[in-house]
Amino acid sequence: MDYIKIIIIAIIVNNIILSQFLGICSFLGVTGKVSTAIGMGAAVTFVIAMGNAITYLIQTFILIPYHIEFLQTITFIFVVAFLVQIVEIIVKKSMPPLYQALGIYLPLITTNCATLAVALLAVQKSFTLVESVVFASATGVGYTLALVLMAGIREQMEINGYPKGMKGFPMTLVIGSLLALAFMGFSGLVK
Amino acid sequence: MSNFKVFTNGIIKENPTFVMVLGTCPVLAITTTGFNGVGMGLATAFVLVLSNIIISILKNYIPDKVRIAVFITIIATCVSVVELLMKAYTPELYKSLGIFIPLIVVNCLVLGRAEAFAQKRGVWASALDGLGMGLGFTLALTLISIVREILGNGSIFGFPFLPAEADKILLFILPPGAFLTYGLLFAVMNALKRKANI
Repeated sequence: MDYIKIIIIAIIVNNIILSQFLGICSFLGVTGKVSTAIGMGAAVTFVIAMGNAITYLIQTFILIPYHIEFLQTITFIFVVAFLVQIVEIIVKKSMPPLYQALGIYLPLITTNCATLAVALLAVQKSFTLVESVVFASATGVGYTLALVLMAGIREQMEINGYPKGMKGFPMTLVIGSLLALAFMGFSGLVK
Repeated sequence: MSNFKVFTNGIIKENPTFVMVLGTCPVLAITTTGFNGVGMGLATAFVLVLSNIIISILKNYIPDKVRIAVFITIIATCVSVVELLMKAYTPELYKSLGIFIPLIVVNCLVLGRAEAFAQKRGVWASALDGLGMGLGFTLALTLISIVREILGNGSIFGFPFLPAEADKILLFILPPGAFLTYGLLFAVMNALKRKANI
């Protein structure tokens, strides 16, 4: 498959958050400020790109030859957990303010459905190694895009007034709905 | 806390979907028909009960430093069990839920209960907590999916109540409808909670 096609599909047509609903927790949780959203997006992109490379190798050279594909979920989640641990150490050492801002959501990348799902989807679509990594990186960019858009809108919403009952999650979800509607306009862009 | 309170806690006071906002991905993704909502809710409930029981039995043998990794392994095992069972006995439901069955592993709700409840409490209380949380999750999923199915498909649990040629609001079974339904129901729940003063 054409790489450009994979990239466009992963970033805008099948945006991981706005049309596939993966990684919603962080989408609702860390989108209070644009700078935090960018940091989170970068961390997740790194984890899924690396994760896909490693899970691809495990799938082709260990799980399939020994016919133990039913262990897929368990092995993949371990790879993700291991990578998240590495990212956490790196961020803590080199960017303490970002580490503070991300808080609980950094270790929670392990249980961010996006990371495991992208690895499973790449196996389902039977991508090659390069395709799989390209797919993962593009998905990460799409994830960051959705997070940053949401954070930007939420920063503006703080200035505007809205009904009390809508405060917090309900408002965020309605904004998400409008963003998803906008992204639906891209469907059919790539055949 | 009495056992009955432990059980009802997950259904109303700490409802996973409308109060704690945990495990939101399936809430948005698979709630297109009533059947999907109930099926996903029950699958998650089963994993919750099973993993809560196993973790509370093993809690004294799990070293504190590696507990998250141990919990994830236990949860992943339970999810694999559910996955294989559903593949064998409910193949249609398995197909329509798709990737969201293996993704129960990364549902923050399951790990959250292991961390917040099962590792501190007895087996019986943990099982009840898992059941209560699971049922609370199932109820929320069913509510959202019924609203979406009625508005978007003109049917309830697959039974159409509108003539086939009638116009339906297709938007509600598409992604934007998921966000909108969840958001507005959330606002309604907030309003009800304020009125009832919980």
